[in-house]
Amino acid sequence: MESWRNNRLVFAVLALPPTAWLVIFFTVPLIIMWVYSFAERGPQGQIELAINFANYARAIEWIHLGIIWKSIWIAAVTTLITFLIGFPLAMGIAFAPARWKNVLLLLVILPFWTNLLIRTYAWIAVLRTRGFLNFGLEWAHEKLTILFGFFGTAQVMGEFQPLELLYNQKAVVIGLVYVYLPFLVLPIYATIEKLDKSYLEASLDLGAGHWRTLFSVTMPLALPGIISGCLLAFILSMGTFLTPALLGGTDSEMIGNLIARQFSSSRDWPFGSALSFLLLYLTFIILWVRASLAGRKAGPL
Amino acid sequence: MAKDRANPLDYSRKTWMRLCMGFTFVFLYFPIVSLIAFSFNDSKRNITWQGFTLRYYEQAFNNSQLHEAFLNSLIIAGISTTVSTILGAMLGLALYRFRFPAQGPYEGLVHLPIVIPEICMAVAMVAFFATVNMPLGLTTITVSHIAFSIPFVAVVIRARMAGFDRSLEEASRDLGASQWQTFWNVTYPYMKPGLVAGALLAFTLSLDDFVITFFTSGPGSTTFPIKIYSMVRFSVTPEVNAASTVLIVITLALTVAALIIQSRSQGPTHA
Repeated sequence: MESWRNNRLVFAVLALPPTAWLVIFFTVPLIIMWVYSFAERGPQGQIELAINFANYARAIEWIHLGIIWKSIWIAAVTTLITFLIGFPLAMGIAFAPARWKNVLLLLVILPFWTNLLIRTYAWIAVLRTRGFLNFGLEWAHEKLTILFGFFGTAQVMGEFQPLELLYNQKAVVIGLVYVYLPFLVLPIYATIEKLDKSYLEASLDLGAGHWRTLFSVTMPLALPGIISGCLLAFILSMGTFLTPALLGGTDSEMIGNLIARQFSSSRDWPFGSALSFLLLYLTFIILWVRASLAGRKAGPL
Repeated sequence: MAKDRANPLDYSRKTWMRLCMGFTFVFLYFPIVSLIAFSFNDSKRNITWQGFTLRYYEQAFNNSQLHEAFLNSLIIAGISTTVSTILGAMLGLALYRFRFPAQGPYEGLVHLPIVIPEICMAVAMVAFFATVNMPLGLTTITVSHIAFSIPFVAVVIRARMAGFDRSLEEASRDLGASQWQTFWNVTYPYMKPGLVAGALLAFTLSLDDFVITFFTSGPGSTTFPIKIYSMVRFSVTPEVNAASTVLIVITLALTVAALIIQSRSQGPTHA
């Protein structure tokens, strides 16, 4: 690292063009949106510049607050389920034999490299009324009916009714867990992998069982990674748009979809901008919490 | 420490742990694998296996709208990759090499496109293009893709340069080479694998992007993911599976290539 003063020309040549691009095509759009968030919507959906907080006030009106609350709820449930699935996986990989570790890690990351849209679409095929899951259930139902038939009680099973698995909140949560699992597994894996295994051995030697060791030693030691991964899964699911749009129904609109609606069918850009900034502020707060927690624990996560 | 069978920390040998992991991997792979498998299934109903066919690939290849969307995606990804690789490399080099005032906030700002929710960036771009009166189309998509790809390339380049020995540059300068000659003959060759990896990443990001593209596209600028989206909203057909499989294969191939290049280039310099 050298000071920029040593070589102003090289510094300018390197830093200016990318900075200019990002300022013009990223920072300025954000500033414009920020200005719009204080504007008013004209009768035809045009933007009338003004300075008022009406859009922000509208965001916390009952109907919109419900959607924001639902987004937080869906994101929280997603994070919890992702953690319950992801923690054992992270631990399993961290304690796997060395030659298996990389293979398992690759297997976790691999779905993450396939297109988000396609991964979400794949769930439609699994969950829809005529999807794989219902098909599997129908098959099981058929076999059970035959089985009960042997005892002459086939009517116990009744007619097979396909489950409504798609276009509701459950489908959205499944889709989000699926998409954000790697984001949670990797930080947790990284901390468990690094922690001093002799603590765990000491705990076991001193008579604690595996569960006690898990809750009193492993998890507290892995806490920075757990918090980091959970917060990441939380903000990513909070800001999602595509998953509820494809897998959700009328009951599962989230902030991202509400924002998108303001910029399409509702044509209320000022309100959409205000919502968008609320989501941004929330994201920044969580990222800041995550960064300060990681900083305090000393050691890059 | 003998790693024998009796090691109490061998959690991965425990049956419950294996069951847990097995369940998770089924959860991770079942949707994608069934999607790919059923693109070869000789049945419109797409639910029971009727036999192998390439019919739906043929259909997808002969679908002129898909053709056009794919071409658009390639054009956008090509331009976006070229520009964002150059700009991102410059940014990565600047961050690697210099200390400057307000570096913390600056780094926060340039990495922002990586962390903000995609929908926020998408609608901000819409607001921006409307304000400057730029009609939505291939140009607006490309411009946005470049903006979100630059920080990713910069991160890759910076990571690559972290293993670089600056004294090589000093030696080159001491021996009389100009700054440009030094860059071209010393720095650039070292940076090259990072450039390739960054470019592949930028290409995949652009090819795969849906949310930002969806908002910044106009009539006649449909990309491959957007075309798939409109087909998906319509219904689940083997043709969509076939088109999706093609995209999965391309993305995976590019990512694997990027990884191989990165790991090879990191081999000799540091573990």
